[in-house]
Amino acid sequence: MKYTFEMIVLGVGAFLALVGAGFAQDRLFGAHMWVLFFVLLGGTVVLLRRIDFRAAVAGAAPPQSEYFDEVVKYGVIATVFWGIVGFLVGVIVALQLAFPDLNIEPWFNFGRTRPLHTSAVIFAFGGNALIATSFYVVQRTSRARLFGGNLGWFVFWGYQLFIVMAATGYLLGITQSREYAEPEWYVDLLLTIVWVAYLVAFLGTILVRKEPHIYVANWFYLAFIVTIAMLHIVNNLAVPVSFLGSKSYSAFSGVQDALTQWWYGHNAVGFFLTAGFLAMMYYFIPKQVNRPVYSYRLSIIHFWALIFMYIWAGPHHLHYTALPDWAQTLGMVFSVMLWMPSWGGMINGLMTLSGAWDKVRTDPIVRMMIMAVAFYGMATFEGPMMSIKTVNSLSHYTDWTIGHVHSGALGWNGLITFGAIYYLVPKLWNRERLYSVRMVNWHFWLATLGIVVYAAVMWVAGIQQGLMWREYDDQGFLVYSFAESVAAMFPYYVLRAVGGGLFLAGALLMAFNVTMTILGRVRDEAPILGATPVPQPAE
Amino acid sequence: MADRHIDEISGVETTGHEWDGIRELNNPMPRWWVYSFYATIIWAIGYAIAYPSWPMLTEATKGMLGYSSRSEVSLELAKAKAAQAGNAERIASSTLDDIIADPQLQQFAVSAGASAFKVNCAQCHGSGAAGAKGFPNLNDDDWVWGGKPDEIYQTIAHGVRHAADGETRVSEMPSFAEMLDPEQMKQTAAYVVSLTGTPSDPALVEPGKQLFADNCASCHGADAKGSREMGAPDLADAIWLKGEGEQAIINQMKAPKHGVMPAWLPRIGDTTVKQLAVFVYSLGGGE
Repeated sequence: MKYTFEMIVLGVGAFLALVGAGFAQDRLFGAHMWVLFFVLLGGTVVLLRRIDFRAAVAGAAPPQSEYFDEVVKYGVIATVFWGIVGFLVGVIVALQLAFPDLNIEPWFNFGRTRPLHTSAVIFAFGGNALIATSFYVVQRTSRARLFGGNLGWFVFWGYQLFIVMAATGYLLGITQSREYAEPEWYVDLLLTIVWVAYLVAFLGTILVRKEPHIYVANWFYLAFIVTIAMLHIVNNLAVPVSFLGSKSYSAFSGVQDALTQWWYGHNAVGFFLTAGFLAMMYYFIPKQVNRPVYSYRLSIIHFWALIFMYIWAGPHHLHYTALPDWAQTLGMVFSVMLWMPSWGGMINGLMTLSGAWDKVRTDPIVRMMIMAVAFYGMATFEGPMMSIKTVNSLSHYTDWTIGHVHSGALGWNGLITFGAIYYLVPKLWNRERLYSVRMVNWHFWLATLGIVVYAAVMWVAGIQQGLMWREYDDQGFLVYSFAESVAAMFPYYVLRAVGGGLFLAGALLMAFNVTMTILGRVRDEAPILGATPVPQPAE
Repeated sequence: MADRHIDEISGVETTGHEWDGIRELNNPMPRWWVYSFYATIIWAIGYAIAYPSWPMLTEATKGMLGYSSRSEVSLELAKAKAAQAGNAERIASSTLDDIIADPQLQQFAVSAGASAFKVNCAQCHGSGAAGAKGFPNLNDDDWVWGGKPDEIYQTIAHGVRHAADGETRVSEMPSFAEMLDPEQMKQTAAYVVSLTGTPSDPALVEPGKQLFADNCASCHGADAKGSREMGAPDLADAIWLKGEGEQAIINQMKAPKHGVMPAWLPRIGDTTVKQLAVFVYSLGGGE
């Protein structure tokens, strides 16, 4: 009988959740355990209905020679699904800021929908993209099946459970108030187990590889997995009030706590959103343009420089605070030194197109990937600039920061993921091509326009905010009240929602395109101008 | 390398490795990239020497410039204070009339008051001091408690109906729900509204006039122009604190609402209250 062990684990888990709900020390923990119970119960029922007795009779083992792509398929679908959810909540959150009446107490006010948005896009959309592509890439570049048999399934479903528990927790009001690490201690423990399994599956595949060398994409994936494990565990060190309660207290206090949080927070950007997505870039751009990576030496140097320097840059989130000056200095200088290591990835990504630049014109998927790298370059220049204390004294706490994050997240993480999805879907489902390549082009323009509107509006908004807060009259008194600077943001907040709406519209087009491709449909459409050119030898 | 491999298109040698069809060119690192990287490292070292940076056993290196963010902020505060040339001290020791008579001091007090207003007062009275329903507009010349500088000071310093302050302004309109029947209230409201030239039913206004004289005039005055001593608002000037129209007036007669303003003297001190008084006085309605 298939899935016996899995069913037992799920069943026991569901029972424990029920016990947790029954003996909960606080109302929120009880509610959260009910959510967990129903999710696990549902999982058990689904597995029970899948019992295949013939398999048990025949005793046939699943084929081991091929790549384990089924979990990658699920991952791609999950990425598209959570992407839509995350972008949609983003647009809602943007509208809540512009129109406060849209805050619906208690479950859907900004304080709860905001972490729902950030976690949905970073961890649900980005995380699924990273897990799915890393499983796809590591198998192919190692010429080995994913290590650990069904471990891949455990990682996938365990991660989805983490997402559901995190999201429902936010809406219920369960949070440890650490930015990008809001889930409470028991959800953190779940993620730790899943993450260790992820590391085992990934590292195991590399260890049994049939290639003599480890491909550069895998260095980046591994750096991402290992570092996120470390960051997650240290930042979430906490003492629960009760083992049947939702509240815990951090192991750190005061400025140490703040620094630990931003050491985590900044490296979540550095290793989750940068290293992990650079790994995607290093596989999918060479594959899509069918050209070699530009420079091996550059990839080595910028890899080590990047991972060595990123880890020190966190204190720039705490300029002009109680953090000692020396830590602020180090955070700033390491951020500035990080500029070129970041750009090394951009150069390698862009220059991989040398000899095939025409594809930017003819292949909208390549165009999307290149635009992603361009946004990566812009965001990694803007970041070091904003970490300089003089600039930071203007930009800190303003919407400029929000604009910076989104030019990176929408432009870099979003577009490179879309490119990877468009590459993967026809391959995974054995389709000749995507349902519609022209829709990819539409998606490209909608997304790019959305990001440009978003980022430009937030620059103006942020700089205006910063200037209003520091505006003194000729007698040396502040000119504006805080409320006036909030009121001044209204037009920008509306435009920001428009930019986000464009980005969401593009993603919906992608969801449709991907769905039709999976269903095996092919849209009858004229090819993009001058498609599939032949590379010419150098003169 | 045994398996030398040259990329046909670029003519550049690859590293000879291949993964799933991907090769790597053996291009050198772009020189501008390398030199820019060196430049940021050299700058970083220089900056770390100039500013506090490396943690040692007991404390961090102080940096050659002797910079600290604490001394920077105290320097800036001292500079800002010096730029204000003792004006705050002069305000502290001057009477309101003297401040208003001195153009330079008056201008300073207005700026300071405007700034303090945006922090402490704008929440109720609005950023532009235009007020809201239940919160008086401070730009007009309709004063419940008086619009002379000393009167404004008194109101800000001790508040309105702020029980903890012995000198607070107090007035309380009684409920007329027991004394007047609904029809009488309607008549009274019609009369009050007619005082501002708003058209209303003459059949109601006539009896309303008598009802007003019997019940309301003792506080609001026979001419309905209010009384500062009683804290009774002017009802003849078309400025409505608790809402416009007959229904709002009837509501106030039935179940009167009384706003509370906190006493600000203990919170922000005499100088700031003076500056606020001068600022509010300057808004256009000062007497």
